[in-house]
Amino acid sequence: MIELRALTKTYGPTTAVSDLTFTVRPEVVTGFLGPNGAGKSTTMRMILGLDEPTGGSVMVNGRLPRTHAAPLHEIGGMLDPRAVHPSRSAYHHLLALARTSGIRKSRVDEVIDAVGLGAVARRRAGKFSLGMSQRLGIAAALLGDPATVVLDEPVNGLDVEGIRWIRGLLRDLAAQGKTVFVSSHLMSEIAQTATQLVVIGRGKLMADTSMAEFMAAAAPSTVRIRSSDQIALAGLLRAPGVTVAAADDGALIVTGLQAGHVGGIAGAAGITVLELATQQASLEDVFVGLTQDAVDYRAAN
Amino acid sequence: MSSTTHNMAPASGVLPAYRQPQRVTQARVLRAEWTKLRTQPAAFWTLLSAVILVIGFGIGYSLLRVARPPRGAAAIASFDPTAISLSGVQLAQIAVGVLGVLLITSEYSTGLIRTTFAAVPRRLPVLWAKAALLAATVSAVSLPAVFATFRGGQSILGRQHLSVPLSGPGVVRAVIGSALYLAVIGLLGVGLGAIIRNAAGGVAALFGMLYGLPLAAGLLPSTLAADVTKYLPGTAGQAVTTVQPDPTLLQPWTGFGVLCCYAAVLLSLAAARMRRGDA
Repeated sequence: MIELRALTKTYGPTTAVSDLTFTVRPEVVTGFLGPNGAGKSTTMRMILGLDEPTGGSVMVNGRLPRTHAAPLHEIGGMLDPRAVHPSRSAYHHLLALARTSGIRKSRVDEVIDAVGLGAVARRRAGKFSLGMSQRLGIAAALLGDPATVVLDEPVNGLDVEGIRWIRGLLRDLAAQGKTVFVSSHLMSEIAQTATQLVVIGRGKLMADTSMAEFMAAAAPSTVRIRSSDQIALAGLLRAPGVTVAAADDGALIVTGLQAGHVGGIAGAAGITVLELATQQASLEDVFVGLTQDAVDYRAAN
Repeated sequence: MSSTTHNMAPASGVLPAYRQPQRVTQARVLRAEWTKLRTQPAAFWTLLSAVILVIGFGIGYSLLRVARPPRGAAAIASFDPTAISLSGVQLAQIAVGVLGVLLITSEYSTGLIRTTFAAVPRRLPVLWAKAALLAATVSAVSLPAVFATFRGGQSILGRQHLSVPLSGPGVVRAVIGSALYLAVIGLLGVGLGAIIRNAAGGVAALFGMLYGLPLAAGLLPSTLAADVTKYLPGTAGQAVTTVQPDPTLLQPWTGFGVLCCYAAVLLSLAAARMRRGDA
């Protein structure tokens, strides 16, 4: 469990993170979402005890981050997969890490096999591809069998097979009862893995809900219909609580009614339905809509 | 890229729990840092350079001096065979100092320091472990080297009856003192590296301490210059490597003590910086 209370971090005049309050619970995968520069990595560094908060507090499994006697057993983090010494082998990188806490050599072999680096474990880490480095980083995070796992953008640069593997791994970890906290700046990826969502923008908390509630509350689904008489249909559909808008291709976008109901209205009036579909708001649209004012770095349109 | 991914086995996906007890202790951190040190190729090559400099330059300079034996009472009186055979130490100090700097700065430049500090949240055990290992490794490598260069140098100087036996006054102290001198210079490097946190800055500061400070002191009025120079780290430490009493240097172990104080101060500053700051 990770508990943040009014967590704030400033670097001189810049406020990286301001007044964050939320709890990351065990047994679910919690996604941490925000545009680039929103403060995700800063928050994760504070959770791992690498940076000191300027204000507020963060507790991991009930204690302050730097007070655990067996830190690798409490929290395993991966912030930057490239943060390894290039001339050291993956095996020795993990072995040195294991030795700080007295973790056995056999465990190092176990995690290497679990992440699929068995064949390249003795190779210099500097020669690894990004995907291999990500796996090594995850191996390091899981070395001590931590109760809490914190990963910063673990799917960056991975191919499809790698992404699927991580997705499965995160779900397995949550199923084991662990607290899993994963950041990303891509909504589409997070939506497939996480069931809880924390959204951050310009250092401030924007949302802290379940994935389902986020989708429902932010943008309800709409019904798209094309018919033989759009104008008449539009007139029939309009009612208190129902909005009818025109799409670029002439279809009507109806909000506030189920697809079946819309089809029924058209049928009762003798209008032929040419196309009828329920549209879930695009996840990207929801996210962009929520954070559009909070994006620091945006190309000119 | 595809050839490397072919080499990866599919992840077994099964990661068993690990229930053995775990705890961070200074002894374990020492063991972890030793694993890092012995798997860092730069450490091996730097130590090898130090050994080559100690022996190579010591032998070379002995050959040079034996070819031109001293003439005249003053020259004979100031001839120091021990110092001649140990002359490589002044060059090797650069290598060990740089090693000390790199031991710390390579973690910052790669970002590994974050992993290290996440695993050892109290942080200082890492600094002490690195310092202790550096001092021990440099001593262990330098002792045979200085004895070897002494032996070799004296057998060369012996051709002109200019040698001195190991049992001569102050000789054993100078030889062993030279190895210890190198170890403490290495600790200066560790301290500077931990304070400055980047390799170029750390090495520049090292050079500044060892070579720049004496130059600066030389600009002072001459009486002041002599007194100040005695207490500078390089010159103070050098006292332990000389056999002939030298009025421009402190007493041997006093000088060594002063050098150790510099190292202690730097390491304390490094510890303060490491504890508080962001990683």
